[in-house]
Amino acid sequence: MSKMSYAEAISDSVAIEMRQDPNIAYVGEDPVGGAQQVFMGAWCEFPERFIVAPITETANAGCAIGASMCGMRMILDMMYADFIPVAMDEIYNQAANVCYTYNGKGNCPVVIRAMCGNGTSEGLQHSHSLENLFAHIPGLKVVMPTFPDDAKGLMTSSLRDNGPVIFLTHRKLGYNEGEVPDNEYLVPLGKAKVVREGKDVTLVSWSYPVMTCLQAAENLVKQGINAEVIDLRTIVPWDKECIKESVRKTGRLVVVSEENHTGSFAGEIAATLAEEIFNALKGPIKRVTSIDAPVPIEKLEDMYLITPEKIEKAVMSLF
Amino acid sequence: MTMNKEKRVTLYRSMLMIRRFEEKVRECFLAGEIPGFIHPYLGEEAVAAGVCSSLEKEDKVLSHHRGTGHAIALGVDPDKLMAELFGKRDGTNGGRVGQMHVTDKEHGLVASNGIVGGALPLSVGAAFFCKYQNNGKVAIAFCGDGGAARGTSHEAMQFASVFKLPLILVIENNLIAGATPFGAINNVKDLADRAGGYGIPGVVVDGNDVEAVYEVVGEAAKHARNGEGPSIIECKTWRMDGHFIGDPGWGKEEGENEEWKKRDPISSFTARLIAAGDVTQEELDTIDAEVTKIVEDAADFARQSPYPTEEALTAHVYAG
Repeated sequence: MSKMSYAEAISDSVAIEMRQDPNIAYVGEDPVGGAQQVFMGAWCEFPERFIVAPITETANAGCAIGASMCGMRMILDMMYADFIPVAMDEIYNQAANVCYTYNGKGNCPVVIRAMCGNGTSEGLQHSHSLENLFAHIPGLKVVMPTFPDDAKGLMTSSLRDNGPVIFLTHRKLGYNEGEVPDNEYLVPLGKAKVVREGKDVTLVSWSYPVMTCLQAAENLVKQGINAEVIDLRTIVPWDKECIKESVRKTGRLVVVSEENHTGSFAGEIAATLAEEIFNALKGPIKRVTSIDAPVPIEKLEDMYLITPEKIEKAVMSLF
Repeated sequence: MTMNKEKRVTLYRSMLMIRRFEEKVRECFLAGEIPGFIHPYLGEEAVAAGVCSSLEKEDKVLSHHRGTGHAIALGVDPDKLMAELFGKRDGTNGGRVGQMHVTDKEHGLVASNGIVGGALPLSVGAAFFCKYQNNGKVAIAFCGDGGAARGTSHEAMQFASVFKLPLILVIENNLIAGATPFGAINNVKDLADRAGGYGIPGVVVDGNDVEAVYEVVGEAAKHARNGEGPSIIECKTWRMDGHFIGDPGWGKEEGENEEWKKRDPISSFTARLIAAGDVTQEELDTIDAEVTKIVEDAADFARQSPYPTEEALTAHVYAG
């Protein structure tokens, strides 16, 4: 194990994979000045495999996707999640359909990475995550790690996946440090992780709001409530069984995410659990999400953010 | 450069095969055997035959929504191609995607596209693959004059020119985008002029002259294989049929089809072959009988192929 940041852990995974597979290459804008330098170490080691592209998101996406259709494993860096829709045709109409179109006789292994998340006053075109948008599209997998070790292990699994994976790294996690396994390390896609055990209520979240849930869970101890916190880690495929098992124990479910409320993946989780284990529930499923408005800056953003207090309030309404 | 007789006959055969195949597709569609939204290639045969005949094995082709001619010219099995159009299990893609999305990587057809201009960004990737593998291969992106208006064409050529990717953009300028005439939505006469904005070669060629197309693509491919980067080739041509089967020819002026018929790529080439003494009419008739038989057999194959079963609804949605 080594102490490293979330960003360094991702770069470590990429470098290890690049050493083993000469067909991995990167295309993106400004890997040096761009969003949190999550590829810095790998770039220093393999500069010839990093294509520093013009501001041509459509062509950059096409380059990564087209090359992966021909037999490479590509990393496409879109910088900010908000910028991904600039190349949405390439992702939605092209990459997501490749495996289906080829009828299993070919694939499109491309990891599409972007920084996501709010909380630093960067405004309404640099602060969204949009995981619900990508989760809606058949053919795309969606990965959102919270902790440095998972960031490394999930990046390795994403790079080895044979289809397109949207890999979102949160702006408030990039410099968080943790113990990360050395050498090759994999965390399977589609497996959630219980990051705090509890018996009274299940908090399901992913990416930075997992940290907010952990804070809320600590605060709730004073109210005599012992919350279980699940880090979903991958949105597609998502680990339904892990959540069901927890809810069968606690009887209460609160889903927490930064998404705008309407059409959120949090809603998908709530609907699925209501359909499948309604009788295990002691009360309504609650969602703590962002309001249906763009992300503002400064003091307004403080009001907009998911806070431990908002989560605690939702939990208390169930008791 | 004079082309030898064998090569000329190959080009003729390729064009005729496309024509007979397209005629059969039209017939089967009107008989209710082929479903959906079919975009015929009739009239543009010289472009597909000229471009694809100049390629090498392992070169990459990315086609548009009118790509059946490209598939035939690349040597895709007509049986499988027809079965795909019928939505049958033995189709090139399992009968799930239809005419606009046919692929066959074995024959170099990496993608076809229902999104106008959609092939261009992907072709950057195919060309990047060739360059990265350093295998001397090239990628061809086909788009129409309609597709050339998309921002994708600018971004693709910007990217490809910066990295000197082995990419040839073939603009099949059939002078109409859907039902909108070229002049109504373009401020220039020649789209190949845009090449100057990227510092790359741009050539205009008679898209109804199969030999001329073959020659210019051969030159562009040599340029690309030598590591000198991308080119744009604009083939001026004419779509004899509608935008789709069922379109009576919206957007065309009266008499335009008749004028272009005088420049039909197949009959004009036939006249040239006979005048040069390369072939006799009997030899041409024999070729016609052969390709007609192949196409008839393809339709029978498609009719007899079963429909995909329910498992195919969800198979290979996510990569393993």
